[in-house]
Amino acid sequence: MNLSDLLNHTSEWLKGTGPNSDIVISSRIRLARNLEKAAFSHWANKTQSEQTLDTITGAIAKVSHLDKSTIFKMADLDSIDKQFLVERHLMSLEHAQRTNHKAVVIDDEEVIAIMVNEEDHLRIQIIQSGFNLFEAWGIIGKIDDALAKELPIAFLPDWGYLTACPTNTGTGMRGSVMLHLPALVMTRQIDRVLTAISKLSFATRGLYGEGTQAAGNFFQISNQVSLGLSEEEIIENINGIIRQIIGQEIQAREVMLAKNKPVLEDRINRSLGILKTARIISSQETIELLSMVRLGCDLGIIRDINRAIINELFIITQPAHLQKLDNKKLTSAERDIKRAELIRQKLKI
Amino acid sequence: MLCDICGKNQATVHLTEIIDEQMNELHLCEECAQQKSAQMESQFGLGDLLAGLTDFGKTGKKEAEAIDVKCPNCGLTYADFRKIGRLGCSECYSAFKKYLAPLLKRIHGSSQHIGKSPVRTGKASKKKANIQELRDSLQKAVENEEFEEAARIRDQIKQLERKQASQSKDE
Repeated sequence: MNLSDLLNHTSEWLKGTGPNSDIVISSRIRLARNLEKAAFSHWANKTQSEQTLDTITGAIAKVSHLDKSTIFKMADLDSIDKQFLVERHLMSLEHAQRTNHKAVVIDDEEVIAIMVNEEDHLRIQIIQSGFNLFEAWGIIGKIDDALAKELPIAFLPDWGYLTACPTNTGTGMRGSVMLHLPALVMTRQIDRVLTAISKLSFATRGLYGEGTQAAGNFFQISNQVSLGLSEEEIIENINGIIRQIIGQEIQAREVMLAKNKPVLEDRINRSLGILKTARIISSQETIELLSMVRLGCDLGIIRDINRAIINELFIITQPAHLQKLDNKKLTSAERDIKRAELIRQKLKI
Repeated sequence: MLCDICGKNQATVHLTEIIDEQMNELHLCEECAQQKSAQMESQFGLGDLLAGLTDFGKTGKKEAEAIDVKCPNCGLTYADFRKIGRLGCSECYSAFKKYLAPLLKRIHGSSQHIGKSPVRTGKASKKKANIQELRDSLQKAVENEEFEEAARIRDQIKQLERKQASQSKDE
């Protein structure tokens, strides 16, 4: 697979299918794993990092579950390619920054992504469309087992999987669910919901993970605790929280429809109007307007646009995607023009 | 000069970053600079946070003697760990075991793993050992009248037993 092939392909997690896909965009599980005795990525010298990278990529090549995957060495990718992968949620911002002796492994469907030499030697990720953590857990378990047969994985019976940061020790698992919560934001209930979540030791992040802001009413909710609970229990706990948030968002949507329908219809249709006619548009404004249009599709206020197109637009209007599509470097001003053009073209009915 | 991030506003903050010996200059507007600094704080905050957690109560004394303890495998000292918030290799966990146990407990509310293990490990025997250890700590907790802790351990034992039962059915 070539990175540019991904441009003509919709990531599995963006398909807009799966359970509760009107509110839940995607479900993701990642496992942190390390090799026994090998220095963790931040502490390793050049030779050690090289050795770890070789050992792991060698093992990955032997795993039959990863037959349809491609290994990309970070040193071979330019800055647009790296940003492109971050925008598609196939790797972290951190992985794109210090790139020596790192790699990312991606399968053709963009369900599996494995970062090598990120904070941990292995960060295995499964990302699915909709509210689907158990399915993701099923897939990731098989890959994890297959890799453990090839590699000496650092583990202690008392403390579980040993990770560079003690906040991941134990299962090394983080489950996260990306939610679209426009009604809770518009009815100003979101702060209350987020405060409650943090009290239950769950974390909320923005669209691009750690250190990013919530944009376009998207929120990623994930577990903080990784030791003392089994993987299934952790998933059950996340699912419980997410079900409640979904319930609250549905309720807020119903209240808005019942009490403020003209205002809501106006805001949604204006958003669509701007997207269909704008000649210059920033990525921030795009995300905010698309969020409104998506809500319009969910509520049946907009009927002639498929949710999958809206989902696709969230990603292909990002800076690196625009530049990959045009096959050249674009300045921020050029991108704003290109973005508006692409949106008009995709929303033409 | 315009801001390097948003490209819209006048750059008023000038930042020099050094990453992997490469110097990088950034010219930012007020707004983007604030965002950037929030990002940086979240990166640098972790070490302090962990240090704060380890400083708690009885462990404070242990901490002082721990500073010079060095991992025989990778050479990272406990002081290094406190500074960077990351361990150096899997063996650090054994080298700093008695200092890490209370830390893990404070972070996760538990210091006993009950999830899956790598396929190579002899699962059954390890799990049985875990249950025995848990029963011992349950006994201790009851003796010390730490009933909340005892209830938690009791639930862990139940869960492990259920898991073993369902596994032996599968096999």
